[in-house]
Amino acid sequence: MEQTEAELIAAVLRGNAASFEPLVQRYSPRVFATARRYARREVEVDDIAQEVWLKAFEKLKSFRGEAPFEHWLMRLTVRTCYDFLRAHQRNRESSFSDFTEPENDWLERFVTQPETATENADAARLLVGRVLERLSPQARLVITLLEIEDRSVKEIAQLTGWSVPLVKVRAFRARAEMRKVLAKMTTDKYL
Amino acid sequence: MNIAELQKKMLAAARANPPGDHVPYAFEKRVTALIAARAATDPLALWVRGLWRAAVPCAAIALLLGAWAFFNPTASTKADDLSQNFENTLLASVDQTDLAQ
Repeated sequence: MEQTEAELIAAVLRGNAASFEPLVQRYSPRVFATARRYARREVEVDDIAQEVWLKAFEKLKSFRGEAPFEHWLMRLTVRTCYDFLRAHQRNRESSFSDFTEPENDWLERFVTQPETATENADAARLLVGRVLERLSPQARLVITLLEIEDRSVKEIAQLTGWSVPLVKVRAFRARAEMRKVLAKMTTDKYL
Repeated sequence: MNIAELQKKMLAAARANPPGDHVPYAFEKRVTALIAARAATDPLALWVRGLWRAAVPCAAIALLLGAWAFFNPTASTKADDLSQNFENTLLASVDQTDLAQ
């Protein structure tokens, strides 16, 4: 018979580390999907996911069971991803000179006929990745949670541990920062 | 170029392409093995780490005290020599017995 989540957690807390495995199996897809929003290389994604689960095991005592385990785990995941972004702030100042041909085409199309530059194109996805990589860790986290994952300010406050007003301020700054990066991108391309 | 419009398109592109949620093969086994390995080594590793950290400050303190004792030899007088006073007190009864005989 399959054990419930609460039973598995209780077993882990009693010292049965093997009971942790079904939890890892059940929630790893969500952890990996979240980690892939912040890290590009699979090795980095793997490292983040591993770190999340090791932290989850160490801090399981602090899980009080008032909210679902998944919410607690996602908070841990988002915070680990944020730590990863802060530790890997690279390439933020480099120029946008090395566009691939599809990326160039997509931007050209956006300039000449914006309505034909569809959001579903691979080039658009790659360009978004480039833009997000140039944002500060705070801005990237807020843009991802608020604009891409469509979460509410309250949810973001719970996930990040920031206050609601702080999330609002950081969201305002993040949008401005993203516009600045986009302006730099177009300047690098057309000037 | 309309930057606001470009930003809107970019964010829509990101929303339209959510990342995959596939998990590497036997990932859960790797995590549980790591946890087991940590649990097995942790008590000893903690002691070793602590002792290694303590070794350097202890050696430094020993050297400093050695140097201080070497360069500042205190002239001990009979009055304030603690070891002599201690010995006298301890052997006082023996001395008295010797004198009586």
